[in-house]
Amino acid sequence: MTVSEQGLIVPDSGELALPEYMKPQPGNHPPLDSPGYKSTALRHPKQPLVLLPHRLTEVTGPLLGDELITMQDADLTTQHAGEPQGQRIIVFGQVRDSDGRPVPDTLVEIWQTNAAGRYRHSREHHPAPLDPNFTGVGRAITDQGGRYRFITIQPGSYPWGNHYNAWRPAHIHYSLFGRAFTQRLVTQMYFPGDPLLAYDPIYNSVPDEKSKLRMVAEFSIEDTQPEWALAYRFDIVLRGRDQSVFEEPHA
Amino acid sequence: MSELLTPSQTVGPYFSMRLPWPEGPYVVPADTPGAITILGRLYDGAGAAIPDGLIETWQADPNGRFAHPDDHRGPIVDGDLAFRGFGRCKTNHDGSFKIVTLKPGPLPFGDGRTEAPHIDVSVFARGMLDRSVTRIYFPEEEAANAADPVLEVVPAHRRSTLIAIPGGDGLLRFDIYMQGDRETVFFDL
Repeated sequence: MTVSEQGLIVPDSGELALPEYMKPQPGNHPPLDSPGYKSTALRHPKQPLVLLPHRLTEVTGPLLGDELITMQDADLTTQHAGEPQGQRIIVFGQVRDSDGRPVPDTLVEIWQTNAAGRYRHSREHHPAPLDPNFTGVGRAITDQGGRYRFITIQPGSYPWGNHYNAWRPAHIHYSLFGRAFTQRLVTQMYFPGDPLLAYDPIYNSVPDEKSKLRMVAEFSIEDTQPEWALAYRFDIVLRGRDQSVFEEPHA
Repeated sequence: MSELLTPSQTVGPYFSMRLPWPEGPYVVPADTPGAITILGRLYDGAGAAIPDGLIETWQADPNGRFAHPDDHRGPIVDGDLAFRGFGRCKTNHDGSFKIVTLKPGPLPFGDGRTEAPHIDVSVFARGMLDRSVTRIYFPEEEAANAADPVLEVVPAHRRSTLIAIPGGDGLLRFDIYMQGDRETVFFDL
């Protein structure tokens, strides 16, 4: 046996030494069939899922990098000639594995409404004003500590047709790759104290209460910039590796 | 002690503001020798096309290798091959999507067995609170598919949902059915 740079045991026989990613805990992710969110009815698999072992295709993944990013991608307030309307905010945090390791060099993609709760999208019909100075899309790459930072404006709430008087709580959509196919995550960041959280079937689709709170950012007075912008911390935890599989086998 | 994971949420109806990019469907440039085109449609449980879905693909290169630190064999450098491994395509109004790529090579499974050439697929859409994961296998690989350790655990009568249909001239067809008689096999990752 030899140990690779990544600390994995590599059998000399040339067999594969692959990490195994931990399963989510019960209630951690929403069930795909979630009756409160009506569109799930026709869009979830009904047959039992087949267990997919974590082999080469699953433990690797796209390492998309700097070629997709410009400086302006992380500052949603400077993508146009003028400044957008609304409350300027800094949204920052760390991407890490559930075993506590930062996830460096990983692409973070975000999209959101403007301050009035309107997306810049052709299929959006909410009669709230568009803002010529706000598109609402951003990209960043995490640094060596797994950290990312966006400057944007506070998104608004908007009505949707799921049920009578349905309003989405303000949120920012996030898409992350991590370092492996197993770690891919699309989620939404919510704001603390939003009264609409209690009524939202998408937020409340997550069965476990503590897991749900993972999606709510924390206001940070320490990182709020005087005379300039409020700050919210949103750390994102991706599936980690099952450490037990790396233990030295008994001789 | 492990931390609680950040839960998954739907991509919603407006992800196309950010996620698709022009080269997304091109795992390799279209004029790459040996390039194949995978065409498909995404359908919901009522048989209607899903016009607001996102398909992502991830696969080995033609040598069955990955440019990734957890593939300790490393890639075999093939000249200036612009192979990305990753494809991303939004579905159109008729549920259609397209991925242009090279056929992946077979892969060692780690126990002496071999995985048949395959492409891992993630399906995202409004109304999907988490992605659904499936795989594309190749119709001309009958022997390799029959010995594939993943296909082996799929109920025999459902295996065909994972095998693309030849369309001639470098074309393959792979439709994805979320539900119904032809429901695609999805995996628990």
